[in-house]
Amino acid sequence: MQLTNRSKQVSNKEMTLAEKMYLPAIAQGLAITIKHFFQKKPTIQYPEVKRYLGPIFRGHHVLKRDEEGRERCTACGLCSLACPAEAISMVAAERKKGEENLYREEKYAAVYEINMLRCIFCGLCEEACPKQAVYLRHDRFVPVFTERDQVIYGKDRLVEQLDDRYVRTGSEVRATPTEPTLSRSAT
Amino acid sequence: MEDNKPQLFKVTIDNIEVEVEPGTTILQAARKIGGDVAPPAMCYYQPLKGSGGKCRACLVRVAAGSAKDPRPMPKLVASCITPVQDGMVVENTTSQQVLDTRKGIVEFLLINHPLDCPVCDQAGECDLQNFAFKHGMATTRYEEDRRTFDKQDIGPYIQLHMTRCILCYRCVYTADQITQKRVHGVLGRGDAAEISTYIEKAVDNEFSGNVIDVCPVGALTDKTYRFKNRVWFTKPVDAHRDCPTCSGNVTLWYRGDDVIRVTARKNEWNEVTEFICNTCRFEKKKTSDWVIEGPTKISRSSVISVNKYRRDTIKPDFQRKLAASSYTDVDDERDTSQLGIQQLPPERFAQLPHANDPEP
Repeated sequence: MQLTNRSKQVSNKEMTLAEKMYLPAIAQGLAITIKHFFQKKPTIQYPEVKRYLGPIFRGHHVLKRDEEGRERCTACGLCSLACPAEAISMVAAERKKGEENLYREEKYAAVYEINMLRCIFCGLCEEACPKQAVYLRHDRFVPVFTERDQVIYGKDRLVEQLDDRYVRTGSEVRATPTEPTLSRSAT
Repeated sequence: MEDNKPQLFKVTIDNIEVEVEPGTTILQAARKIGGDVAPPAMCYYQPLKGSGGKCRACLVRVAAGSAKDPRPMPKLVASCITPVQDGMVVENTTSQQVLDTRKGIVEFLLINHPLDCPVCDQAGECDLQNFAFKHGMATTRYEEDRRTFDKQDIGPYIQLHMTRCILCYRCVYTADQITQKRVHGVLGRGDAAEISTYIEKAVDNEFSGNVIDVCPVGALTDKTYRFKNRVWFTKPVDAHRDCPTCSGNVTLWYRGDDVIRVTARKNEWNEVTEFICNTCRFEKKKTSDWVIEGPTKISRSSVISVNKYRRDTIKPDFQRKLAASSYTDVDDERDTSQLGIQQLPPERFAQLPHANDPEP
């Protein structure tokens, strides 16, 4: 019975004397092993050494500040609307007098939470953001968590620190075709 | 004997014939047909007497004036204030000229309108947003400074953002309808035109809150709802209560278990037919105040329906139309020579339902 037409004829012929000695085959095998001693090691010693993830990697979320250090997010809700996993939630608040150096728009996100168990790192929030406020860092992972209470990231872990600004390298990488550069202040 | 029955006029709008009474406007006739045939309206508001004719969003082409005089009208006409005539032929979406003009109208309306939809509370249920999304361009060509005004509190409940106003006069007519004491509507001219004066006079009226619902943009907004939440995260529910001053039929907007906003009910053209009083709108924000009737019907294409799952939602046919327009027959010329080779033992192969079908 023929199952497929890809069957191969197998021969069972006697080995020659050279083959019976096995020594050439052992030497050949050893040569391969020794060759690898002198080759460059492909293993990367994670986590001590981290590999470059590429310019379009989508990792840790960051809520950008503008050049003057004001938060860009205006709590418009488009990121959580675009989120297919419904991972983002926020509470808006009105900017008070004297807070103009903290928030760029008259409305800001008082609470901004991303549930990292839900997030699938699709980057749709970044694409949806009209204020270029939320970005997925190309250079940093969300660290491993072991407890459930570490899972929801609030503004304390999302807002960009002023001594640790995020700049996306590679100006050709843009979330949307119409996106201005990262440094431009939107009107 | 004279026939006292009013003769019905036959009008053809976008190749669809409809019979309407004399005195109907083109817009109302088109709305009778419904769907895409109805021109958009930014200033016209059916329940408000005298509204319409200002925004030019509803411009249509009249290809034949009437049966007696079938010459086309020389210019596009505003369909909300042009009455129909017998045998009139109107082109709305079928005329490229109308669509091009509408694009220009959007551009003009947006010239002084700030791009603050992310901040604006009206976003998601904004007529101008829908209109611009449907007919406008994605970018602006306008480079000059937009006119700016300070925001004003009108009474304890209403806030006026004059920068967002498109001067549709709807609130002026609302004030006309609810009070006799209106002094002025829009002050100033051109760029400096500004709604004022009258509104402070009308604000002590029991029905002043309706200017919020009537406003097509976010110029007049509810102060008790300011920045509370985005429209599409709230859940609309129809409810009523026994109100001594108004009909009491409202829509409650829920966030979780809390009523965060109360508005009047809107019909399919986004128009309020029953005005509600300020007590209902601003003060009754507990579920116990209301008798719940059920979820409000929201068009599936509206952003408000996002993340709300109901079995009876009607999906928009945009995707279906897109799929149908891009459908092509698949050119399947794969090698089928191996498909017929039997891989199962013959006794099991014979049990398969398709075993006796002819070879492909």
